[in-house]
Amino acid sequence: MTEKKWPETWQDTNPGLMIFKPGSSRSYLTGGWRAQKPIWDNTKCIKCGVCYLFCPEACITEDAEGFFMADLNYCKGCGICYHECWPRAIKMVED
Amino acid sequence: MSKRIGMEIAMAAAEAVALCRPDVIAAYPITPNTHIPEHLADIVADGDLDCEYIAVESEHSALSACTGASAAGARVFTATSSQGLLYMYEIVPVVPSMRLPVIMCLGNRAISGPINIWNDHSDYMCVRDLGWISMFASNGQETIDMCIQAFKIGEHADVMLPVLVNLDGFQLTHVVEAMMMPDQEEVDKFLPPRKPFAALHPDNVVSMGTLGLPDIYNEAKKANDEALINSKKVILEIWKEWETMFGRKYEPIMSYKANDADVLMLTMGSMGETAQVAIDELRKEGFKAGLLDLKLYRPFPADELKKAVKGCKNLIVIDRAVMSGGAAAPVCAEVKSVLYDEPDRPVITNDIIGLGGRDVRVEDFIKIFKKAAKAKPERAYEIYGVRG
Repeated sequence: MTEKKWPETWQDTNPGLMIFKPGSSRSYLTGGWRAQKPIWDNTKCIKCGVCYLFCPEACITEDAEGFFMADLNYCKGCGICYHECWPRAIKMVED
Repeated sequence: MSKRIGMEIAMAAAEAVALCRPDVIAAYPITPNTHIPEHLADIVADGDLDCEYIAVESEHSALSACTGASAAGARVFTATSSQGLLYMYEIVPVVPSMRLPVIMCLGNRAISGPINIWNDHSDYMCVRDLGWISMFASNGQETIDMCIQAFKIGEHADVMLPVLVNLDGFQLTHVVEAMMMPDQEEVDKFLPPRKPFAALHPDNVVSMGTLGLPDIYNEAKKANDEALINSKKVILEIWKEWETMFGRKYEPIMSYKANDADVLMLTMGSMGETAQVAIDELRKEGFKAGLLDLKLYRPFPADELKKAVKGCKNLIVIDRAVMSGGAAAPVCAEVKSVLYDEPDRPVITNDIIGLGGRDVRVEDFIKIFKKAAKAKPERAYEIYGVRG
């Protein structure tokens, strides 16, 4: 059975929009809100992880080498990582 | 067996709520409802009710605590009035949207300003459109009956909505009246323990109060509106059951000498009993006068109203709140909207009476009646008895 993203009709909604499956916010992709996206310059990155700590969407992850990247399915382009990155390794570019 | 008691109505309401075995009560005292949560606090402190009584620091917290407790599956109760209701306002629409039964007594009181602690319906009118089932009691007996009925209605599997029991501040809350108080056995028989549709528990994950963005908000609102409209069926069933068990009849619109009436008056709350005396006086003078008493304000009993006014020439709607700058006072605006499509609708006049605790006397109703029977007023509504 393919799962619907949204109940199609008001009759399909659970009372009070209750959700019985945990982690459902993962299926809500917020990347479409974005106007700009963060780009990392790994030659400047010192792997401090400040971007990872400050990301309000928790969409920044660390790769095998210890560098960071944003999951663009969820990144809203708020620019907080860019603002907090003190070695200035992050740039915001038009998406 | 029910017992005949003489008691202040607010305290009797507390006793009736205690008979419903609430699991959680959270309330903050405010005039004139104070004696309800105060007496419940006594009952809990005396060990007569096994209940978590949360002494909160505000009404905002009171209803928040009740909402959380209801989400966890508890039977919950709170009470407030006027500014207290306005202080909890932010949470008021959240409860029905989460489909959680919370029972609240509202000791109706005017809202500021000017600051006033006395009775009118302006506090309720602030929350009438937020999704709560709403009843208005005319006397002490109806207050305690409605308190008990409210739990059964709100918690019903086909309803799952909060219920407001309105009782006029002072006129009802502080008056000692003779009432029939059901006993524990009767209430236990009428009201089984709550069986929640879902309850917060670590073993059964559920998210409540979820986000509803443009993709789903319309559908959520429609579902909630339908739930409130459809609750009337259950309310009528439960009132029927109440009548069978306790012999006291409840209908969305109760009528008094209305069958052959040319002129009907429509009131809500404790005014109804005063108006009944006025109807008797008018009947003695030869007027074919009758009374409609609105017991259920939400869901609004449109069909019952259409039926009740059939054949009458004049309908006088008595309001106890101002809908500032509106087309009429709140009850009348609703009544006119319901009757607009009726081919033989009566001439409707609208008087606002008893604001901020101004006395409402039998002769006031008689005056309003005679004025309305004579000619249609120039303005859509008038504040009766205002000086100047």
